[in-house]
Amino acid sequence: MKSEFNPPIGKISQINGKCISLIGNDIDTDRIIPARFLKCIDFDSLGKSVFEDDRKTLKGSHPFDLKENQDSSILIVNSNFGCGSSREHAPQALLRWGIRAIIGESFAEIFYSNCIAIGIPCFTLTKKSIQNIQEYNISKNLFLEIDLKNSSAISEDLNFNLDIKESTKKMFLSGEWDATATLLENSSLVDRKFKELPYIKFS
Amino acid sequence: MSQDTLFDKVWDLHKVSSLPGGSDQIFIGLHLIHEVTSPQAFGGLKDKNLKVKFPSRTVATVDHIVPTDNQSRPFKDNLAEQMIGTLEKNCLQHKIRFFNIGSGNQGIVHVVAPELGLTQPGMTIACGDSHTSTHGAFGSIAFGIGTSQVRDVLATQTIAMNKLKVRQIWCENKLSHGVFAKDLVLNIINELGVKAGVGFAYEFAGPAINALSMEERMTICNMSIEGGARCGYVNPDEKTFSYIKNKLCAPKNENWDEALLWWNSLKSDANSIYDDVIKFDASKVEPTVTWGITPGQSVGINQQIPLLEELSPNDQFIAEEAYEYMGFKPGQSIKNTPVDVCFIGSCTNGRISDLRVAANVLKDKKVSKNIKAFVVPGSEKVAIAAKKEGLDKIFKDSGFQWREPGCSMCLAMNSDKLIGNQVSASSSNRNFKGRQGSPSGRTLLMSPAMVAAAAINGKVSDVREFIN
Ligand code: SF4
Repeated sequence: MKSEFNPPIGKISQINGKCISLIGNDIDTDRIIPARFLKCIDFDSLGKSVFEDDRKTLKGSHPFDLKENQDSSILIVNSNFGCGSSREHAPQALLRWGIRAIIGESFAEIFYSNCIAIGIPCFTLTKKSIQNIQEYNISKNLFLEIDLKNSSAISEDLNFNLDIKESTKKMFLSGEWDATATLLENSSLVDRKFKELPYIKFS
Repeated sequence: MSQDTLFDKVWDLHKVSSLPGGSDQIFIGLHLIHEVTSPQAFGGLKDKNLKVKFPSRTVATVDHIVPTDNQSRPFKDNLAEQMIGTLEKNCLQHKIRFFNIGSGNQGIVHVVAPELGLTQPGMTIACGDSHTSTHGAFGSIAFGIGTSQVRDVLATQTIAMNKLKVRQIWCENKLSHGVFAKDLVLNIINELGVKAGVGFAYEFAGPAINALSMEERMTICNMSIEGGARCGYVNPDEKTFSYIKNKLCAPKNENWDEALLWWNSLKSDANSIYDDVIKFDASKVEPTVTWGITPGQSVGINQQIPLLEELSPNDQFIAEEAYEYMGFKPGQSIKNTPVDVCFIGSCTNGRISDLRVAANVLKDKKVSKNIKAFVVPGSEKVAIAAKKEGLDKIFKDSGFQWREPGCSMCLAMNSDKLIGNQVSASSSNRNFKGRQGSPSGRTLLMSPAMVAAAAINGKVSDVREFIN
């Protein structure tokens, strides 16, 4: 976990960092951040509690506790990562721990869109490629340079392509992932929609 | 790409613009908020110096953190008190309707909005909570959003979202006696898998769905998200309209006539196109219980926990994790598994009809000794109705504790929690590791009737042996 927190802002086109592998399918948001940590009115203190229960169970051998992973920022996961509750606390906890990008076989939908909304690009790869990367990362520390524009990742001795939806990619490259400003631009269209909708006056 | 389904119609109606990034800007007709996912969103508004655009389109209640024993203020738990206090302050400051404890209308957000008549056909509904899919039972397009999106809805009444694909889940025949909506949806999730719905809206249709009450349809739509689908819905019909009629916030007089006219025009066309269609035979569904750590890991009451080799390779990894965590042996029967705690409640099964069914099982019976059993009504309205019918008395006489409304041990943000590796028979929706408050606690999901049966026998039982 990094001590200083600098949230992502603006255009995101390049992410460089050490990889941390977390093996397992269907890792849900209750595991990423157990419900008791949702008792808060800001996200500031979530970073240290990420995977708290899993980490306690593994007594120091959880990837998020291993010394060599402490300054990692690219998370490598398997399938259906982030399923379950809509809590943005989950990606916020990862972000505050230091994660800046996630590569996985597949992601749960709300988790994925929460990640976009706070500036964490999620990439997909085939099951086999993920396993290869995770294996490689265990034997040798993997430092990746991700180029979002070309959807590619390189390291000392690896060079591969990453999958990311074209629309999502555009959002990061243009800075539009931080949606509020874009949405606000269409304020007059929203006002018109408000007047047009058949139910506004009776509900 | 889907065409002319209810989903397409509602989406197109609410589309404000196509955003340069390729997603759509969608107007949110009804925005529901609660204490857990809204404070940071209001904080975000403040940071960006923004106002709430249409305060009348947002409605608040408090549910996740409320204690269900002593609700007097200030709450014993300081953090819980701070959260409700923050919500009260934000609602007051931004002129948002708030159904607080004691208003007679507080409760779990997905129980409250339908029973107030806020949830209506043809709307888009969003809430910072994944079980927002519940509201699709009324033919609305309803989905959970994250806190940053809650901020966006407050500030702009819109969100940026990619249009979903539509999968129709056609349910043939009807459920047999002693089998409930919960059993049906657990079976659907088991068959399709917990991530099959990613990228999809699920349209539940067919004779078995038409035969369900509104509350049962809510149970089904509620759990769409457990199958990966952010949104699930049922085309509205007469049952939908008569459920809404005369509710507090329902349209009245001429407005009602106008609403009805519009609602009647809202359904998937007979020849609409789906991205995918799946057929399901509801008559084959048995009372169902989960044995694992995802809602997809379930079996019929008379079946055995699957052997590893019976599962598809993709499901084996999580199955091994589940055997170990749950302490089950592959091939073991689920029936007669001893339980420690029985919980009836949640937005899946905390409605009046759920309490009626469970009370019917418990009438003149006693909860097995050493079992902690408690019922948490989904809302103040549910609690009031139940008391009027004498259900609270049946529960108490049987040995159940009768509690105040809230989410309670569905996610255990209050003091209702499992201890150690206790096993709970629960009418809620998630059996994730640690979900019910203890990092080693174990949850078996089932219908409220099955929870009642488990409470009487002290072990997982077939409810059909209790009802005639
Ligand atoms: S009852 Fe459970 S699932 Fe429903 S809103 Fe509350 S915590 Fe979420």
